[in-house]
Formats: sequence, structure tokens, C-alpha cells
Amino acid sequence: MNDSSKAGFAQAAIDELGWWRAHKFLFLRRASQLSVLTLFAIGPWFGLWILKGNLSSSELLGTVPLSDPLVTLQVLMTGHIPELTLILGALFITVFYVIAGGRVFCSWVCPVNLVTDSASWLRRKMNLPRLGEMPRNLRYYLLGLVIVLPLLTGITVWEWVNPVPILYRAVLFGAGSGLWILLAIFLLDLFISERGWCGHLCPTGAMFALFGKLSPVKVSAVNAKACDNCMDCFDVCPERQVLKPALKGKQMMITDSDCTQCGRCIDVCAQRVFQYQNRIALKAENNQ
Amino acid sequence: MSKVKHTKSNPRDVNRRQFLASSAKAGCVMGLVGLGITATATQSRQLDSLAIRPPGALGEDDFLSACVRCGLCVEACPYDTLKLARWFDGAATGTPYFTARNIPCEMCEDIPCVKVCPSGSLDHGLEKIEEAKMGIAVLIDEKNCLNFKGLRCDVCYRVCPLIDDAITLERQHNQRSDHHAMFLPTVNSDTCTGCGKCEHVCVLEESAIRILPAHIALGKTAEHDTYINTEETTLEMLNKGLSL
Repeated sequence: MNDSSKAGFAQAAIDELGWWRAHKFLFLRRASQLSVLTLFAIGPWFGLWILKGNLSSSELLGTVPLSDPLVTLQVLMTGHIPELTLILGALFITVFYVIAGGRVFCSWVCPVNLVTDSASWLRRKMNLPRLGEMPRNLRYYLLGLVIVLPLLTGITVWEWVNPVPILYRAVLFGAGSGLWILLAIFLLDLFISERGWCGHLCPTGAMFALFGKLSPVKVSAVNAKACDNCMDCFDVCPERQVLKPALKGKQMMITDSDCTQCGRCIDVCAQRVFQYQNRIALKAENNQ
Repeated sequence: MSKVKHTKSNPRDVNRRQFLASSAKAGCVMGLVGLGITATATQSRQLDSLAIRPPGALGEDDFLSACVRCGLCVEACPYDTLKLARWFDGAATGTPYFTARNIPCEMCEDIPCVKVCPSGSLDHGLEKIEEAKMGIAVLIDEKNCLNFKGLRCDVCYRVCPLIDDAITLERQHNQRSDHHAMFLPTVNSDTCTGCGKCEHVCVLEESAIRILPAHIALGKTAEHDTYINTEETTLEMLNKGLSL
């Protein structure tokens, strides 16, 4: 590509802004992912119960129920009527992510993000070639499949292989033998298809993308004119197809709900092209 | 050339033939994926017949519809009885179970595991732990059971939380010595909760009494059988005979 990529990835941003500001959102994201996991883990490990359960369903401080809307929907599709707590928990989570920004779950909470990001990091380090890409809407087909299968089989089939709870169960309950699925995802992402799992297949991510369509929080190319085409944001973006319309199109806001709002594009840009923006506040401002 | 590429990749320009082709492809892929994970799921359900579900658990099929595998019941159990099944463990991955021989159920009066279950896969209608049906104890090996050898081991009987109800000792003449008695541990499957304490304490290297899921432990009379309740039927016949 150009000089900056030869000197090392995002070197321009590090030179310009300093190491910390060029890694700020990456660092905050890791802190967020690990602190959610830690809040769950200190229960079974040390008896400090802030969050009980796992990401499938949990209890916050012994009172507020939280549950994965996709798991809840699967249970409903089997024909079983769950306790009200499960449905309430799913509603809370749905409302939260509609406001917070949909796939913000993928980049700020989901533990599989650590796997997919490390595969992607290794890919950059080893200069592995990009092979043919899978179609990105496969995840929506898979989401449909995950919802329809319980209707046909009467069991929540997807939960046998869902990598998110498998990783959580490994850490919280010592159930490590399902981790081969995460190894498979790592190898898929590293050698076969870049961001294969999170970017193309994961039905949970697809569901959160649908939630994110309404969300007010968006990343925006507020300073698109300053872009010098260094391509660092394209190299690091887990859903790079969402960048082009914002950088080169008419509207600066990344409205594509595939965007995980990870903020890595903000980090690596020496020109400070990107920023988090509140879509609704922005609209109100423009109307004045 | 770049123009051709652009029009090709623009989703709005997809023609009917391309649409049908890609739909068919996606359909096939999803069909295969669906078959694959369904096969995995159905193959791995309830392979381990000694894995016992927590109190109040629905029947295995309904349980697998309902359980969200959150582990809240496991965390609620004060005795570390419950475990979440791992891949290759036998029971469906992520679902709660216990192995009576290792840690049996202590039959807490307030049943914390059931209370905390958000999905109702552990039935909240279960209010008295004595009514739980986690499984049924079965004296599976009379050959090695010490009481059947004429000894007074009685450990399973004494440890039973429902002593003289779920397990009784039935006195029988010992034909080997001809002047002793044998006290045979006998399970009453109507009251046994399947807590597994008997299996846990059995002094043998391999327990002679074991908790089995009810669908394995119990026989079932056919619906058309007139002798479902022999005692009642006999009485009825006798009474009818007398009234004639």
C-alpha cells in the first residue's frame, strides 16, 4: 500500500497522537469485555455475586433478570412457555442494545471478539493473503435457521454449538471441552476466511445488527475531507464495507448496522477523520 | 472494466437468475448446516444414564426445549452437587446434571436451584422437595449387596432422608444358614426422590444401589390392563360377588 503500512501498522497515528490515543478505544474495549467476564467470574471463584449465571441468562445483583433474546426466542419457538423472568430479561437486553447501538455487543462485550481480533491481528502480522470472501448475508440465513430449527426439532439446537456461552461456561464452570469450537473459529478466521465467523456467520451478531438499525449511537466520518487514503482504517475494520459510503459518499454517518462501533477506525486514523456521534442529537442540531 | 465490476457488485442490479441461483445456494448451505447441528444435538442427548437432572426437571425432551444453560441452578446449589455438562460428557452440553455417586442432592427445603431457574425447565410448581422425582433408586446388584449376603450393612437404608418410607428393610429367611434372617433394602418407587444418598454411601467399590432416570427404572402397565390396581380390582370383584 503506502509508506505508513510499510513502517508498521497505524504508525502514522502513533507518531501523530501518541501510543495511548492511537489505542484508546481498543484498550477501553478490552477493559469492557474483560470486566463483564470478571463480574460473572468473581461469583463462582470468590463468592462475590454481582452477576449470576452467564450471557445466556443472568441475574444482576440478585434482582434484575437479563437474558439473551436469541436464546429466549429459541425457547419460545420450541413451544415451551418460560418463566416471566426469562422474557423480562430478554426485553431488558433488547431495549439496552437498541439504545446502545446493536453490534456494540459484538465489540464491547462478546468474548469471541478476542478470538476474532487476535486472528485478524496475526493475519496482519503474517501478511496472509485475503482469499475469496463468503457472502456477508449468510449470517441472516443462519439466524433464520437458528430460529426455525427449534420449531422443527423441539430443542434449542443452536445452544449445542453456540461459541459465546461455550467460552463463558469454560471460564465460569470449568467446562473447557467445548473450546475446540473456538479453536475452529480462530483457524477459520486466520487461514480460510478473514473475519469469517463474526463478520459473516454469527447469528447472534446478525440479531444485534437488526437491533442496531434504530440506534442513535453511530461512528461518523466527521472529518472526511482530511482523509489521505492511508487505508489503515480499512485494514483494521472488521466490517470494512461500511467505511466507503461514509468516507466517499454523501452522508458522513456510518449507518450500516453491520458496523460494530468498535472505534478502532477512530484510533488508527492520524487525520482524526472519525468520531462517535449521537444521530438524534445531530439531527436536532441540523433542524435548528 | 471497472464499470462492469461496479454494476456486478451493486446489489440493486441483481437479476432474477442471479437471485434464484444465490437463494438456492444459500438454501442448500443452510439445509446442510441445519442437518449437521441437529444431528450433533440429537446424537449427544442423554447418553449417560447415570447423569441425573436437578429436582423439578421436566421430562428430558421438554427439559431440552426449555433449558437455556445459564448455570444459575449450579451457582444456587449450596453443596456443589450440580454440574454443567461439558462436550463429550454424555448429558447435553451446558445443561445441569449430577452424578449421585460423587455428590448426591441434599434435598434443601427451599429448593434454591428450582427457584432461580429463569426458563422453568426446573418446574416452579415443585414446592416440597419430598415430591421431587430426580430419578429412582434401584438395588441393581443383589449378588454383591452385603445385606443380600446376610450381613447387616444397612448403610443405604440408614442414610435415606425418607428412611422407612423410600427404603425399607424387608425381613426374609436366610436359606444359606437356615437360622438367620436377611434384611433386604427395598425401594418404594412412589416415594423415592432420587436424591442419590444411598448410591453415594454404598460401601462397595461399585455401588450396588443406583439412581436411574425414572424412564429407565420404571416399568409401565399397558393402558388396557384391567389389573392396574390389583388390590382394588380384587376387592371390587369380591364385593360384587358378595352383593349378588
